[in-house]
Amino acid sequence: MELFKNTNFDFLGKKWPFIIGSLVLLAVSVGSLVIKGGPRYGIDFRGGALMYVRFAEQPPTDQIRSALSARIPGEISVQDISGTSEVIVTTELRDERELAEARRQMVETLAATFGAQEGKLDFNNAGVQAIADRLRDPLQRAGVGMSEQELQGLVQRLTDFRDSAPHSGLVKSLDELSAVQGVTPQVLSVIKSEMYAAPFSIRNVEMVGPKIGAELRRQAVLATLYALGGMLVYIAFRFEWIYGVAAVLAIFHDVIITIGLFSVFNEEISLTVVAALLTLVGYSINDTIVIFDRIRENLKIQRRESLYSIINSSINQTLSRTVMTSGLTFLTVLALFLFGGPVLRGFSFALVVGILVGTYSSIFIASPILVFWHDFQEKRKRATPAAGAAARESARRPSVKSVR
Amino acid sequence: MQKNLKYKWATIVITILICLYGIIGLPKSKDELVANWNRNIRLGLDLKGGSHLVLQVQVQDAFKAEADRVIERIKEDLRGAGINYVAMDRNDPNSIETADQIQINIKGIPSERAGDFRRIISEEYQAWNLTPVNSTDYRMTMKPTEAIALRRDTVERSMRTIESRIDGLGLTEPVVQQRQRTDGEGEILVQLPGVDDPARIKQILQTAAMLELYEVKDGPFPSQEAARAKHGGVLPLNTKLVRQQPRGGDTAEAWYLLARTPVITGRDLRNARPSQDEFGKWETEFTLTQDARNRFARFTEANIGNRLAIVLDNQVRSAPTIQNRIEDQGRITGAASQQEAADLALVLRAGSLPASIVYLEERTVGPSLGADSIRQGFIAGIIGLIAVVFVMLVYYKKAGINATIALVLNAVILIAALAYFEAVLTLPGIAGIILTVGMAVDSNVLIFERIREELREGKAIMAAIEAGFNKAFLTIIDTHVTTVVSCAFLFIFGTGPVRGFAVTLVIGLVANLFTAVFVSRTLFETSIARKRQVTSLSI
Repeated sequence: MELFKNTNFDFLGKKWPFIIGSLVLLAVSVGSLVIKGGPRYGIDFRGGALMYVRFAEQPPTDQIRSALSARIPGEISVQDISGTSEVIVTTELRDERELAEARRQMVETLAATFGAQEGKLDFNNAGVQAIADRLRDPLQRAGVGMSEQELQGLVQRLTDFRDSAPHSGLVKSLDELSAVQGVTPQVLSVIKSEMYAAPFSIRNVEMVGPKIGAELRRQAVLATLYALGGMLVYIAFRFEWIYGVAAVLAIFHDVIITIGLFSVFNEEISLTVVAALLTLVGYSINDTIVIFDRIRENLKIQRRESLYSIINSSINQTLSRTVMTSGLTFLTVLALFLFGGPVLRGFSFALVVGILVGTYSSIFIASPILVFWHDFQEKRKRATPAAGAAARESARRPSVKSVR
Repeated sequence: MQKNLKYKWATIVITILICLYGIIGLPKSKDELVANWNRNIRLGLDLKGGSHLVLQVQVQDAFKAEADRVIERIKEDLRGAGINYVAMDRNDPNSIETADQIQINIKGIPSERAGDFRRIISEEYQAWNLTPVNSTDYRMTMKPTEAIALRRDTVERSMRTIESRIDGLGLTEPVVQQRQRTDGEGEILVQLPGVDDPARIKQILQTAAMLELYEVKDGPFPSQEAARAKHGGVLPLNTKLVRQQPRGGDTAEAWYLLARTPVITGRDLRNARPSQDEFGKWETEFTLTQDARNRFARFTEANIGNRLAIVLDNQVRSAPTIQNRIEDQGRITGAASQQEAADLALVLRAGSLPASIVYLEERTVGPSLGADSIRQGFIAGIIGLIAVVFVMLVYYKKAGINATIALVLNAVILIAALAYFEAVLTLPGIAGIILTVGMAVDSNVLIFERIREELREGKAIMAAIEAGFNKAFLTIIDTHVTTVVSCAFLFIFGTGPVRGFAVTLVIGLVANLFTAVFVSRTLFETSIARKRQVTSLSI
């Protein structure tokens, strides 16, 4: 089965609609960024405290927000993750010194709002050691003696039961624990007298001081700029410098549109998103290089054709590969986006958008730039009449001086 | 051709075996297989659950402490030389950046003794520069080279103390590292796998753990003013006021008047351990070094009936009366639980921190989220892989089988390389693996498309295969190099999980060069070598 045998689309001829489309997208992206005052930074870049909390029932986000606002200063955001009963709670951290206390404050507020039971340990939010320490003496007193090893084993099984699917960290009632091996009715009653099951479970806590946030932001920008610079140098070295410029301009186009779409859809930019953007840069360059490689090869063998038709035929020749690779890579990234879970969402969203934009930019942005530059050089040569004859000669093919 | 092929196959099989060994060792049973797998594939904190802390050493504390020590020594020297002075103090830099601006101000040196004074300073205090402010006042600043050395030294000592405190906790595979950043000096990274509430550990790390024993001159007083009032408005020579540590919800203050210099300091400790008194209450027992014992024995003998203040981190813990000559040990009472007593013993043993620390970053992943992430990443990966294999088979027919084998081998080599390098698999790392699959496909597609083109142009099958591989090779190199370049920057500028992503992607790309070119080609050549007459190629 072959989809693109000997095609001959005039890609360059149809470039204008796509270039205009790109300009519109760029305008929308920049506009959105300007209106919203920059991209929406996650706590990695802004500093702040973030918690993933899973609730037994649909979480009352308003109640949570007002309870937290009463105790913690600064901006508080409570966002629920669609399709699950989880929320992401974000609070501000204006100073490193607040960091040490931030988590405790959030946990205490949640516990107070959702019925903490005085004197008992919250099973859903306790670690293995804390549970073991709590149960050791009461179990002895209840006559269910067990060795330290047996106790550790039992607690490990209890926490494994709680942490694996479908509970994923939250048991709704301690009675469910009777399904665990070794939990006799006696043991269960000791558990119930010493612990309770809070209706929420904290799955993840991240706190970044503002200093580190600013530092990470600076480094992310530097990393991207250096990577682009490195690629520019490599491509200029392997082809001609105009190829490098064309490739890098196409990448800028891709990155700005991707960030712009993040802004439009109000998605957060975190460290993993920056990783995705850098991957996207690598991927888009790949695409562009494959086409440039073909152009370089064709320039060597098709000496009578104009640059315009060589570029067109190169794109056509590589079209099969481009569609297959982009299509398959897009499939794998789409699988990530749909099934990869909430933590990777920003990452996979960036790649899904990026692959689409990156593929089309190699054809409709990078290649036309080559043509524009070539035409521009031609106009300048024709302006000097002495070089007229030479200009007509090289009008048919560009100077291929340093192609390796 | 046959022999060549045999060598190629041998290479491939050996590679596979080495990889499998790296991943699962030589298991003799299913349990051992699982155990080996778990041991060799190291999961990052975001998949295993655990805590990640970044702390910053506040080096300015060490500068201030050093200045204080220097001031005391200068006062002794001046007393010995009979030189008077009016006042001596230091400034108060309170951030890491301004620590170098530490200054000692000396006022009121009589001008006729200026020469002697300057000589003493230049001979004994070579780490400092002396500048006259006017005829009687001087300022001392630390020399830049000394300041740099003090900074570095403080951070290193802090790191060693933190390391030994963490070691004493008995956690699985903790990591303590100095973080090198351009302007983030004195940052220490602590990773604690399996710890999902680091509150207790943060407490342990933050304690300065400075233990000092002082002679009690007077007290307890309900406030500082009361203490001063009793002594005529001013503190007696060589004494200082220290507050008692508030117990629980106590709001009442208690202040003690202590001798200025301690009898015993943290450096004199040989060991510390938790123990119980006759009522079963927990306390921390400490023992002294040989030199300190004599000093302590003399002190306690001469002070029977007086009180001894046990001061921890500049707060009085207790002030028991000295009953008899004590030689070698003391107790710190009032621990609320065994754990508190054990924690205190731990920090005493590990030594005190030369400067305080501030937490810059703290991330904790609970074990349930880690397990969920692994499951979801795995599912996404499998679905992606199945989709890709399906399309490849449909589009490229039998050649698609070659590509599939190459892809699977790619994944195996990648996981084996992670195991051998002891690299850590993070959630972005799993995403990197999934992406590697996508990019590995690219190489295969490049080659297959080229082969198809060559066939279309009428080349013989063998020649078409060769031309396809050769021509595509350059392009594959170009694309891989550029992606590796961007990964290199990700690695340099990234942290933890992002680095994991860069590492898996790079390894995957390198593995891909092997599988897409070498293995795939061998598979092609093998499928042809068997036939006598090669008329068609399923591609």
